[in-house]
Amino acid sequence: MSETLLEVRDLVKHFPVSGGLLSKQTGTVRAVDGVSFDLHRGETLGLVGESGCGKTTTGRCILRLERPTSGTIRFQGEEISTLPHQAMLKLRRRMQVIFQDPYSSLNPRMTIGQIIEEPLKVHAIVPEAPARAARVRDLLAQVGLLPQHEARYPHQLSGGQRQRVGIARALAMEPSLIICDEPVSALDVSIQAQIVNLLEDLQARFGLTYLFIAHDLSVVRHISDRVVVMYLGKVVEIADRTSLYAEPLHPYTRALLSAVPIPDPKLEAKREHIVLRGEVPSPLNPPPGCVFHPRCPVAIDRCAAEVPALREIRPGHCAACHLA
Amino acid sequence: MAKLLQVNQLRTTFATSTGLVRAVDGVSWDVDEGETVALVGESGCGKSVSALSIMRLITPPAGRIESGEILFKGRDLLRLSEEEMRAVRGREIAMIFQEPMTSLNPVLTIGRQLTEGIEIHLGAQPPAARARAIELLAMVGISDPERRLSQYPHHFSGGMRQRMMIAMALACNPSLILADEPTTALDVTIQAQILELMRDLSRRLGVAMLIITHNLGVVARYADRVNVMYAGRIIEQATATELYAHPRHPYTLGLLRSVPRLDEPRRARLDPIEGQPPDLTRLPTGCAFLPRCKYRVERCAEAPQLAPVDAAGHQAACWEAANIAAGSPVTA
Repeated sequence: MSETLLEVRDLVKHFPVSGGLLSKQTGTVRAVDGVSFDLHRGETLGLVGESGCGKTTTGRCILRLERPTSGTIRFQGEEISTLPHQAMLKLRRRMQVIFQDPYSSLNPRMTIGQIIEEPLKVHAIVPEAPARAARVRDLLAQVGLLPQHEARYPHQLSGGQRQRVGIARALAMEPSLIICDEPVSALDVSIQAQIVNLLEDLQARFGLTYLFIAHDLSVVRHISDRVVVMYLGKVVEIADRTSLYAEPLHPYTRALLSAVPIPDPKLEAKREHIVLRGEVPSPLNPPPGCVFHPRCPVAIDRCAAEVPALREIRPGHCAACHLA
Repeated sequence: MAKLLQVNQLRTTFATSTGLVRAVDGVSWDVDEGETVALVGESGCGKSVSALSIMRLITPPAGRIESGEILFKGRDLLRLSEEEMRAVRGREIAMIFQEPMTSLNPVLTIGRQLTEGIEIHLGAQPPAARARAIELLAMVGISDPERRLSQYPHHFSGGMRQRMMIAMALACNPSLILADEPTTALDVTIQAQILELMRDLSRRLGVAMLIITHNLGVVARYADRVNVMYAGRIIEQATATELYAHPRHPYTLGLLRSVPRLDEPRRARLDPIEGQPPDLTRLPTGCAFLPRCKYRVERCAEAPQLAPVDAAGHQAACWEAANIAAGSPVTA
């Protein structure tokens, strides 16, 4: 097994909710509620789940854009969840992020060249101006942009090109970990595949490690080595790509997979769909026992009473289900 | 079956600072009674503008329906007065939008938003309208409908808001519903619920549907016939089964190949459509897909028209359509 780059243990992030005349705390949103996983150097770990499952908050805690309520996050062996701000700023060079919406994450008043140059300057990665200009041109080429794009502004580029700029800016810092938060879901179908291929090429070229947060299960299967499935702040299943998609153990994973429509009308007509009843409960007041039990098609009495632990059912394949 | 809606040579343009955009550029398609037809394509291809044109919701002076006909039950909607059009909108043709939160009024109760249309279009008295509203909410699977009437949209989750939009669309028993990306903003498991609901209701009530989407999977599960749009034009038209089995336009083929599929073994590499989406203010004179096309030939400098590729109504706008069918199965 390769070296563990990132180790997340029992990560909890609760957001207080206040209301009323005196703004007293009236509740707690349990956005992330005891999440543990490892990320090995050079791999892509997919983090999937529906909105509100805590996948983005998990990513933000790792980047320390949110301070975790409890739990530990070790990056290259160093505990970072309690690191002081200054030390964290230095460390963040090693972990970069690519956001979903490439437009709102690029400064509209800066040219593409300036956007990519800025981190090189601020972090003094390339202190001399001529060398920096050369590095910017090199980064543009790495992500498949042309030299003439350097002088343009974000609004002059298409969505796919803007996402390439976001990737170039992340690469500028020479990170070892990139957290990709829904990097292709805002893009047109024909462009998504271009960006997925680019991310894979860059990973091979620079030995990058990705935490790939997404809700599209087909894309996640394509790009990930291992996959973590989250539901309502908890990990319900972790497995390598092949086992997860071939033999999902958790009823939620099975329902998710069966809900993905397949672009073939003949197959679709024959396919059996598990349509879950109801909606995801509020993380303000998660159900007792297994958080999935109110919607689970196979729930038994025990599920409402006892929280299932994440257990290794087969080598490398863990699920949090009493029936797995 | 009788044609419910027939769009003929519709052309809708927008004047922008960088030039005239032909958002919809001479398209023709139709919907039979009770049928589900899809308009598929990526952002900017003209699919939403097509729906807005049918509802006559193109905002002047920038937007303009330049030419064409929209025959609904034999009447040309483009020739109706604004007052006559108001009697069609919401009554005979209803619309469901992608973003249920922005298309519901946040300061009106669910009940008021549902009964308003029923009272105006059907002339119902408030108690009857209220009874109908309760019936509608129950029909779209919203629990405890009586209590819901006094709630506001912000009390509803995304999936419930979309159910509410469907209830509003069904309120006056329309014969056609235009659904613009009805499940795009929803989670996968909720998307499945809403799609099942829409299919079930359209079959049970015999409502025809026009579904506008970029999701090829949704189309496969849902539509009887499909129109694929690119840069304001329809580039391929066929039944859903035929289109997925034998795509004849390089763009359709490219779209189908570029998405990873859960039912197929994982490919080592995805096969994207190269290049960028078209800039509608600077389209090439010939085929709009030419700069990205792997099958281009010299003749493509001249724009191809939609032409039959078989006797069963499958049409494609590509000079090379016959060769694409021969040499390139989708699952290669």
